[in-house]
Amino acid sequence: MNEAYPSILRRVAIVTIVFAVILIGAMLVGLSSGAAGSSIEAVWQSLWRNDGSEGMMDAIIWKIRFPRVLLAAMVGAALSLGGLVFQALLKNPLAEPYILGISGGSAIGAIIGILLGFSHFPGVSLTAFAGSFATLVLILLMSSGQSIIIKDSLLLSGVMVNAFCSAVILFLISIAQDSRLHNIMFWLMGDFSSSNIHQAMILCLLLLPCFLLVFRFSGVMNLLLLGNEMAQTMGVNVRSATITLFIVTSFMVSVTVSHCGLIGFVGLVIPHLLRLIFGADHRILVPASIMGGAAYVVLCDVPARILPSQGEMPVGVITAIIGAPLFIILLKRSKR
Amino acid sequence: MKTAVEINHLNFSYRNTLVLNDISFSVREGEFFIIIGPNGSGKTTLVKIISNIIGIQNGSLTIFGQPVRDYTKRLLARKVAYVPQAPEVDFPFSVRELVLMGRAPHIGLLGIEGKKDHEIADRAMAFTGIEHLADRRVGRLSGGERQMAYIAMAVCREPEVIVLDEPTASLDYAHQVSVMDLMEKMKTEKKVTVIMVSHDINLAAMYGDRLLLVKDGRKLCIGKAPDVISGNILEEAYNCDLVFDKSPVGDFPRVIPLPGRYKPSDDKNGEK
Repeated sequence: MNEAYPSILRRVAIVTIVFAVILIGAMLVGLSSGAAGSSIEAVWQSLWRNDGSEGMMDAIIWKIRFPRVLLAAMVGAALSLGGLVFQALLKNPLAEPYILGISGGSAIGAIIGILLGFSHFPGVSLTAFAGSFATLVLILLMSSGQSIIIKDSLLLSGVMVNAFCSAVILFLISIAQDSRLHNIMFWLMGDFSSSNIHQAMILCLLLLPCFLLVFRFSGVMNLLLLGNEMAQTMGVNVRSATITLFIVTSFMVSVTVSHCGLIGFVGLVIPHLLRLIFGADHRILVPASIMGGAAYVVLCDVPARILPSQGEMPVGVITAIIGAPLFIILLKRSKR
Repeated sequence: MKTAVEINHLNFSYRNTLVLNDISFSVREGEFFIIIGPNGSGKTTLVKIISNIIGIQNGSLTIFGQPVRDYTKRLLARKVAYVPQAPEVDFPFSVRELVLMGRAPHIGLLGIEGKKDHEIADRAMAFTGIEHLADRRVGRLSGGERQMAYIAMAVCREPEVIVLDEPTASLDYAHQVSVMDLMEKMKTEKKVTVIMVSHDINLAAMYGDRLLLVKDGRKLCIGKAPDVISGNILEEAYNCDLVFDKSPVGDFPRVIPLPGRYKPSDDKNGEK
């Protein structure tokens, strides 16, 4: 390959490797911190010990922390990628993965599950998924026909559904018993505290194919950013690409939300930050968003675990406390 | 001469409003073809149908002798390039990235472009005179520069027909002339058929091989500039008094609108 023309494949490969290293680093930090204390060293030793002996620390690292770190990584990846895709589909750099009402729907589902006294997994996860899937179908029906590719109608339907859902959420909270309120608040802020390895594996199985599918559409997303008409004349089947991406992404976000509640700002901050660094080419942004989002949430989960609190702190508090000011700074810088 | 684009008895309605009414014409291969007409006359709909943005409802569209429905989307995208009225770009693409995207119809789904595609993009930027803008952000260009970047993207597609929707609207004189000269060059050097919607009748008269005048979705007149740009037809189309003379340079008809002579008509034209 000529030096004057840096091959896109090589750039994608470099970005992927760099972000993989960042993600692995973040996961090591995640594995090595927690209420029981520990160090990267201990994780390292535990990683290479093959003699079958398992100490107390190993059990903490692999049975308790590892599922949580894996879950955080998958959730971060899905939310960040979800934000990126919705920003491309709606041609709006400020779109976020919950913008189409998925958050509201799944929150209602989850709260109903909690009020009925279901366990966190699989009970509440399933009712939350049912809730988000119901809103997805509702929004698809509301903007059915030709108008599905008219972005404003989709956006407005989403905003309205979310507004309606928050009213229902407040209604449900106001009739809830005190003992259940804590669970509901935790869920609304996003929470990994009840993670187990089955949950994490299910999430991996559901999300990884979605990631691959979205990457396959990354060239198409570039063209969609030039406007649906332009993409159409470039030979893209805009309608089927939009619907496919919309459904796959909604599915991804529903799955994560139903597992660990509403974790804000990941889908907004990470793609925005990456666009500032790498530009708008989705062939690079898709792998970078997946791994960057994963690393961000894994790192945000560390203070959520070790900061003193009554029990543990919801991770959504940390992603928002860091994310919101960071986003404002980025926004001000990029306007310049 | 062969026919590049042929349209027969084309009708198009949008929400029960007839936008195009039984339009038939053909554009020859290698022709500079300009469509003029008042606002809301259906010009944009017409070129969007030619560019495969809007599907056909009634009538037929043939491109190089083949009905459009016989083409795959990709193949059609290689034949016909569309240049929009340079839109705002909210996302940080560089000019080079934008132009390279013109290769999309030629390369695979992921759009992995090779050395050849980079060279074609470089030549397209040289052809349009925007090499110096290659690394600038599209969103930060001036209107004229952005229009040129979109034209370079269309050139990079190596199309056989290029369709432009009012490319000179809102550009200053220098950029207007450079866009028109560029299309003339596309025609003569690359043998590309140029179809353009224009509001500037005088520019159209200077560059167009043939002009099509549409009003209320109907074909009013088609022919060489002096045949179309003359007295009654044009005044009727635009509903105002016009003065006609000859351009002081070259043998082109020229038209000047008279102030204060708008004639409100009974039928509602100009409304979309």
